[in-house]
Amino acid sequence: MTKDPAARIVLKQEWGNYFLFGVESPALAGEAKPGQFLMVRVSDHIDPLLRRPLSIHARERNTLEIFFKIAGRGTALLARKKEEDRLDILGPLGAGFRLDAGLKGKAVFVVGGGRGIAPLYFLARELRTAGARVKVLYGGKSLPDLPLKQKFEKAGLDVACSTDDGSSGFHGLVTGLLQNETNKQNPAALFVCGPDPMMKKTAEIAAREKIPAQFSLESMMGCGFGACWGCVKRIRKGDDGAWRKICEDGPVFSGDEIVWEEEG
Amino acid sequence: MVDLSVDLGFLKLRNPVLAASGTFGYGLEFEPFMDLNSIGGFVVKGLYFGPREGNPPPRLVETAGGLINAIGLQGVGVEQFAEEILPRLRKYQTAIFVNVCGASDEEYIRAIEYLNRYEGIAAYELNISCPNVEKNGACPALNSGHTFSLVKLAKQASRLPIIAKLSPNVTDIVEIAKAAEEGGADGISLINTILAMAVDIETQRPKLTNIFGGLSGPAIKPIALRMVYQVVSAVKIPVIGMGGIMTGSDALEFLIVGAKAVEVGTANFIDPAATLRIVGEIEDFCRRNDVKKIAGLVGTLKV
Ligand SMILES: Cc1cc2nc3c(=O)[nH]c(=O)nc-3n(C[C@H](O)[C@H](O)[C@H](O)COP(=O)(O)OP(=O)(O)OC[C@H]3O[C@@H](n4cnc5c(N)ncnc54)[C@H](O)[C@@H]3O)c2cc1C
Ligand SMILES: Cc1cc2nc3c(=O)[nH]c(=O)nc-3n(C[C@H](O)[C@H](O)[C@H](O)COP(=O)(O)O)c2cc1C
Ligand code: FES
Repeated sequence: MTKDPAARIVLKQEWGNYFLFGVESPALAGEAKPGQFLMVRVSDHIDPLLRRPLSIHARERNTLEIFFKIAGRGTALLARKKEEDRLDILGPLGAGFRLDAGLKGKAVFVVGGGRGIAPLYFLARELRTAGARVKVLYGGKSLPDLPLKQKFEKAGLDVACSTDDGSSGFHGLVTGLLQNETNKQNPAALFVCGPDPMMKKTAEIAAREKIPAQFSLESMMGCGFGACWGCVKRIRKGDDGAWRKICEDGPVFSGDEIVWEEEG
Repeated sequence: MVDLSVDLGFLKLRNPVLAASGTFGYGLEFEPFMDLNSIGGFVVKGLYFGPREGNPPPRLVETAGGLINAIGLQGVGVEQFAEEILPRLRKYQTAIFVNVCGASDEEYIRAIEYLNRYEGIAAYELNISCPNVEKNGACPALNSGHTFSLVKLAKQASRLPIIAKLSPNVTDIVEIAKAAEEGGADGISLINTILAMAVDIETQRPKLTNIFGGLSGPAIKPIALRMVYQVVSAVKIPVIGMGGIMTGSDALEFLIVGAKAVEVGTANFIDPAATLRIVGEIEDFCRRNDVKKIAGLVGTLKV
């Protein structure tokens, strides 16, 4: 992990509230693995004070991409940056997805909801390189929440979409789409990122169907590199579960490690 | 060449910049970003005698220029620290302070007595001021009687110097500082975080599960500076100042009001090499202003 105080923005794309930046940084790109994230400064000043965690969306030789949705002031400030602006970035952070060699030739599903699709483009391409047969299940509220559909298709990946309002693809939640797909055929593995209720539901399906599943979790982060103990969730590691750091031990965990919070 | 060294009386530091407890992990987390030998020293995360589970999340909220935390001192106990972490820190030529915590007076003493057997610790920073453990932010440093008696007990038990870390959540910081001095503290550090809260208007719930947390970061600097100034004016033992230091000029303000050294906290999260950068900025200031010895700048406030 390193700090690049001045990574140059070489690409900016936007779709309503969704944004994609390409940033040039050989130092960061060189080490990046799918599921890892970056801590990005959104202001040069003391407000907002903290960096914002964003997944690595794609990697080329010297560049990385981030994809995000405006969620509040920090991401809104970030969205205002332009090509040629510089970003102060720390990364790559976290452990990322585990790409098991046994997946060669096997069918795997990559399931993303909303902005949770961000880390899954990088992952889907790496899984394919590793020889897996990848199917991407991409869900959103409505068609405008699926801005990356074409990007996946262009990369030659098999994508099925769902929208809550039926404006594109399967009418319903992405977990409904997943249930349909598993009714046809169970994949050898699931890789999931999205809102908590969607991941929890996916974990239930995975447990029921006995499909090994990995989930990329989110949490408030003070530092992103293990120094503040702010980002914990309850995670089992051969024990009953303890508050473990999402930034360092994760953000990706397997379904049986995660103690899902009770709703309410 | 600028002489950046400072003398705390019980300990000489290479330069006046230390990393604050709870914001620098056990030091090792920062190895990828900086040479730990380049700063005056660091205070490791607060240690109880036994391991601690900490508070349920969410533990952090960002506020205007600040951060409210309710970590609740999650971490390893003294044994794991001394056996597994301390050996990896001994290769550094920098001062390592251990922030000692306790749920009772006895636990502070047990932790100190345990750590006394190990080499490689420069001093204990007695954390009598964490607002995130007891209900309503209660801690020994809110009361001068308890501050006096606990510092005294710790001093008797300790083979190393004791720095008492004070809480800003009091009416009269001078009274508490004097109690720590009378109890035998070798130094005083302040401020710990300011008891604070934040509310989610959509859900009408507190943003922290713990309801309260401790505010840190640039938002608290003016209050911290005022308190450090008051304490420096009232005690003879050396004072280490902290609260919201982000830059060399922030650190210099604390030195000018009379702090012998400073600790940098929240800034480490945003810039993991903040302490190193701050040392550089202090040095630049000295060069520009023909200050030969940083120690000569301490307590030069003109009023
Ligand atoms: C490991 C990791 C990877 C992430 N990757 C992406 C990504 O690729 N694309 C993307 O759009 N978003 C991603 N997020 C979420 C993103 O970090 C937050 O949306 C962002 O920090 C919000 O900042 P803000 O200032 O815009 O909003 P704020 O005004 O700070 O908050 C707005 C809302 O977002 C919530 N929030 C704040 N910080 C976080 C956080 N760290 N995680 C989750 N929710 C938060 C707040 O509770 C609040 O409800 C990721 C989060 C994590 C932990
Ligand atoms: C996340 C976090 C954890 C902290 N943990 C401790 C601790 O374990 N012991 C302690 O004495 N102070 C702790 N503090 C307080 C800091 O050491 C420091 O006193 C305070 O944050 C003010 O300095 P700052 O504004 O530079 O952060 C913690 C602060 C933060 C933000
Ligand atoms: S974000 Fe600081 S420890 Fe994980």
